[in-house]
Amino acid sequence: MVLQEITFYLFSAIIVASGVMVIAARNPVHSVLFLILAFFNAAGLFILVGAEFLAMIMVIVYVGAVAVLFLFVVMMLDINYVELRQGFLNYLPIGALIGFILLVELVFVLGTRFATPETVGATGAPIPPLSEMTNTEALGQVLYTRYIYLFQASGMVLLVAMIGAIVLTLRERGGVRRQSIARQVARRRDEAVEVRKVTPGSGI
Amino acid sequence: MDSLWSGYVIPGLLILAQILAVLLPVMIAVAFVVYFERKVLAWMALRRGPNIVGPWGLMQSFADFLKVFLKETIIPTGANKVVFLAAPLVTFILSMVAWAVIPFGPGLVVADINVGILFLFAISSLGVYGIIMAGWASNSRYPFLGALRSSAQMVSYEVSMGFVIVTVLLCVGSLNLSAIVEAQRGLWFAIPLFPMFVIFFISALAETNRHPFDLPEAESELVAGYMVEYSSVPFVLFFLGEYANMMLMSAMTAVLFLGGWLPPLDIAPFNWIPGPIWLTAKIVLLLFVFIWVRATFPRYRYDQLMRLGWKVFLPASLLWVVITAGALVAFDWFPK
Repeated sequence: MVLQEITFYLFSAIIVASGVMVIAARNPVHSVLFLILAFFNAAGLFILVGAEFLAMIMVIVYVGAVAVLFLFVVMMLDINYVELRQGFLNYLPIGALIGFILLVELVFVLGTRFATPETVGATGAPIPPLSEMTNTEALGQVLYTRYIYLFQASGMVLLVAMIGAIVLTLRERGGVRRQSIARQVARRRDEAVEVRKVTPGSGI
Repeated sequence: MDSLWSGYVIPGLLILAQILAVLLPVMIAVAFVVYFERKVLAWMALRRGPNIVGPWGLMQSFADFLKVFLKETIIPTGANKVVFLAAPLVTFILSMVAWAVIPFGPGLVVADINVGILFLFAISSLGVYGIIMAGWASNSRYPFLGALRSSAQMVSYEVSMGFVIVTVLLCVGSLNLSAIVEAQRGLWFAIPLFPMFVIFFISALAETNRHPFDLPEAESELVAGYMVEYSSVPFVLFFLGEYANMMLMSAMTAVLFLGGWLPPLDIAPFNWIPGPIWLTAKIVLLLFVFIWVRATFPRYRYDQLMRLGWKVFLPASLLWVVITAGALVAFDWFPK
């Protein structure tokens, strides 16, 4: 048990510290790298509570895909870091407000847990104990059996958003010589080569 | 005090011994994979290859490593020092960590976790960080271009790899690697899922930045891509990491499609040979194909690479997920 507690505090301390560094680091690339560190340690916390599937998905989706794209974009930005800091005071009130709202919401969530402990297990789908079912199966039961329609609907929403994003950013540039593989393959010899009799002394 | 000893120290030492038992052979194997590659390439080009250091040149890689270790570590002035040095470490550590879940035989695995295949997928998708960090921290054009190419390439091929893994999982019904191997007793997945096997292997080539997808380090255009500014020990770490990743991808292909530690036929002369040897044989075979591809194919152009990933592999693997799932439902073949 002691080892678990030590690991928990280690992971949590690193998450908090790297979370602070995300907003405090001068260099945006460092910010993203600290964000990745935070994701990693969050995955560690998931493993500590036995949610191995979520931990792996966290690493695959957030670290392996989302953060790579962040880093990809941030690396290519040419930013003056000093200039970036100047709006800090302007945004402070609204940032503080959002932070405060999040804090209140967290207090509410935790508050119900302590005020009325009997509601905790009753609201969601029943969670089978870890020894009976791996949590991949348990998640599958909840997502694909109990809430299948909602799950499909959210999938549709994401699909529409994705198509929308592609349509918005797709633009055809003229004057680009693109390779059309279908056309290359479909080409016949008589379209490409023409044999002509050339009489000496006259050109074609 | 007693519980400290039996509860923490002894299990800790045991785990350490297991880790060393896996990692030391892997590291030594890397040296021989480099030698193997040079030798095979030489034979394919009708040359002799390394043949001076040791018998048949077997010690060549060790001599090379020693030489590179003794060089001076150069850190460019404009480089971001911490990230610059962290990048090779990330590459190396990630390529080693993943070996924890590879099953070498029945029960012969350091960490037999429930989500083994997801762990492997996660680790292989993290491999891009070493390269992208190296490219950015070097503060130089060629490494940066290499890093950009590499990150786009690896993210693209991961998508189809994910779908290939999904098809295998549909046929197994478990994310555990040992269960995946056991499910192939009788019939390796390479036979019913042959197109997936090919897609997975080609994606593995792209994922490890190997030929013909070695655009991140294309020497004719980018000198050596993200490795340009590295020398000495950091370079060795990159090098070791890259070859260990190659072996890891081969091991992953062997586990997913070629029945891991299982013999090809479960009859007398084959099942006398222990599982780890079968797995090693399959890894060596796949490594040979890696090298064979390198000797045979010219480098892809960048737009061709992207086209192959997004317009060919992604639809094909998606289609196969649907076909596999359909077949499993139609004939009621779902694993119970």
